[in-house]
Amino acid sequence: MAFFLQMLVTGIVVGSVYALVALGFVLIYKSSDAINFAQGEFLLIGTYVCLTLVASYNVPFIAALLLALAFSALLGWSVEKVVLRPFIGKPVISMIMATIGLSSVLAGIVHIIWGHETRVYPPVFSEKPLQFGEVIIAPVYAWSFVIVIIWLVIFTLFFKYSRFGIAMRATADDQQAALSMGISVKTIFAIAWAIAAIVSAVGGVLLGNINGVNSSLSLIGLKVLPVAILGGLDSIPGAIIGGILIGIIESMTGGYLDPLVGGGLKEVIPFVILVIILMVKPYGLFGKKEIERV
Amino acid sequence: MVRNPFVMQCGEFHVDYKQDMAIWKIARVRWRIFAVVALFALFPMVATDYVVGLATLCGIAAIGAIGLNILTGFTGQISIGVGAFLGVGGYTSAILTTKLGFSFWIAFPLAGLITALVGALFGIPSLRLKGLYLAIATLAAQVIILFVISRWDSLTGGTAGLVLSRPQIGSFTFMSETSYYYLMFVVLLITIVFSLNLFRTRVGRAFIAVRDRDIAAEVMGIDLFKYKVLAFFVSSFFVGIAGALLGHYTMIVSPELYSISVSIEYLAMILVGGLGSVFGSLYGAVFITLMPVVLRSVVDLLSGTFPGLEGVLVGMKEVVFGVVIILFLVYEPDGLNKIWLNIKNYFRLWPFSYTK
Repeated sequence: MAFFLQMLVTGIVVGSVYALVALGFVLIYKSSDAINFAQGEFLLIGTYVCLTLVASYNVPFIAALLLALAFSALLGWSVEKVVLRPFIGKPVISMIMATIGLSSVLAGIVHIIWGHETRVYPPVFSEKPLQFGEVIIAPVYAWSFVIVIIWLVIFTLFFKYSRFGIAMRATADDQQAALSMGISVKTIFAIAWAIAAIVSAVGGVLLGNINGVNSSLSLIGLKVLPVAILGGLDSIPGAIIGGILIGIIESMTGGYLDPLVGGGLKEVIPFVILVIILMVKPYGLFGKKEIERV
Repeated sequence: MVRNPFVMQCGEFHVDYKQDMAIWKIARVRWRIFAVVALFALFPMVATDYVVGLATLCGIAAIGAIGLNILTGFTGQISIGVGAFLGVGGYTSAILTTKLGFSFWIAFPLAGLITALVGALFGIPSLRLKGLYLAIATLAAQVIILFVISRWDSLTGGTAGLVLSRPQIGSFTFMSETSYYYLMFVVLLITIVFSLNLFRTRVGRAFIAVRDRDIAAEVMGIDLFKYKVLAFFVSSFFVGIAGALLGHYTMIVSPELYSISVSIEYLAMILVGGLGSVFGSLYGAVFITLMPVVLRSVVDLLSGTFPGLEGVLVGMKEVVFGVVIILFLVYEPDGLNKIWLNIKNYFRLWPFSYTK
């Protein structure tokens, strides 16, 4: 039972990070119908910037995190302006290949600047494990969960009450109507990309604190696909629930099934779920079904 | 009257369907094509082994790229799983020849066939899924197939992979670069002729109709499911053939050779070459295969002036690769093939190009 709870807690924590990254992914899809294959590279760049500030320039962690987030926002904003703007309304394959090309460029830049070897954050959170009954939780997990929840609350409030949040929902709902109400859809797209880069950077910094930082961290960018599909590509609550579900399933598979098959199943199970979901319920748990009219 | 051997076609004037369907629009094109084929057939006589080897790799990539273009360029079904399908082809041939003792000449077509079946299986979701969703489904196929390959140790040798041998006829082994080049060349020619002709048949036309507007195609009596799965089948067949050829050329198959970055490279090939163009796939395959080689020599050239450039070569490759994709998408979405056609069109009426 303790093992089960342990796996559950790990799953929820990792899943909440997935949820956060998937949130950015869904946000871009919702606002501009683009699928962002460069999400993983945003995550990587955010965490590397933060790591460099903390490790090389001795900036306090919180300040470094905020600076990294500001940098990510700028990156997301400018990437949208420079790279993605020409592809609005183009065929799906152009959009997909544009973000794939973008991810290749960003990954190359990361390799040039930071190389390939794994780096670790200097200990930011205390190392003394927290004990809840039979379950032992490393503080870094607990803090990750808390930080993710804080961000999710911030975004909920942002979408519900802030001017830009409401404008974003309006744009996602109906671009034409939003334009006619005086909303600058271009600005909305840029904000969506900036937010996507910010949430990825937060996810990256948290995962970097848990596992260390190397370029394979960008694979999380692919893992948000099962998360987003499970929840429904255009649903923000779906991304959050999907993220936590995938995290739990992954952790359970790692705990119970991996020893049977000799490892590795953990990495694949999200994609198996992805295929099943696509076969059975392509628009996910909360996604809006597309109706095609001729 | 003196006949100019370089005469170009200056317009189209077809009076029956037969002319409209003809592969050679004017008779003399045939001789030009034969001349180009002869040029490529004879070029290993003068080239070094290194160059012939590069040409072989380009040709193998072109076979795979034509396969992918049949699916993505002509039928409009995006696939991010080509890398894994190459792997299926390579591994099938490897297992059949090394574990089961089949001859290459039987294993080779079987590799294509089995890859085609696997491709068709993963093509089944295409009935319900379109565009983005299908792309994601094929990405899942990539991950799952690679997992199976790297975990099914008893059959595939796990992460270490399998060692293959070069094909043989009687006592002759295709060991030298030149002999393997000719093997590739024959397969490539068959692939090109087949795919050029495919799009003159009912099936090929149906593929194009599905791409242009699937609902309209269905209304006209095209069975969407059948043709989509068929497109996956035909496409994966050629990808599998390319995988088997590549496996026997490099003489090793292992999971990391078929990663998602390979899938992306193949997508880049058909995109840079030109979606929906057989010859475009060829140009794109050559472009993408040679790009790292050219970059490598540029770095070698500059490393005297800028030491430390060696160390960032891998990163630079990725940056250049991404930039090339984005630039093509923005400035010439129809790819190298369109650029070539533009050049040809410019010279078609040259020097009276203004007489449109």
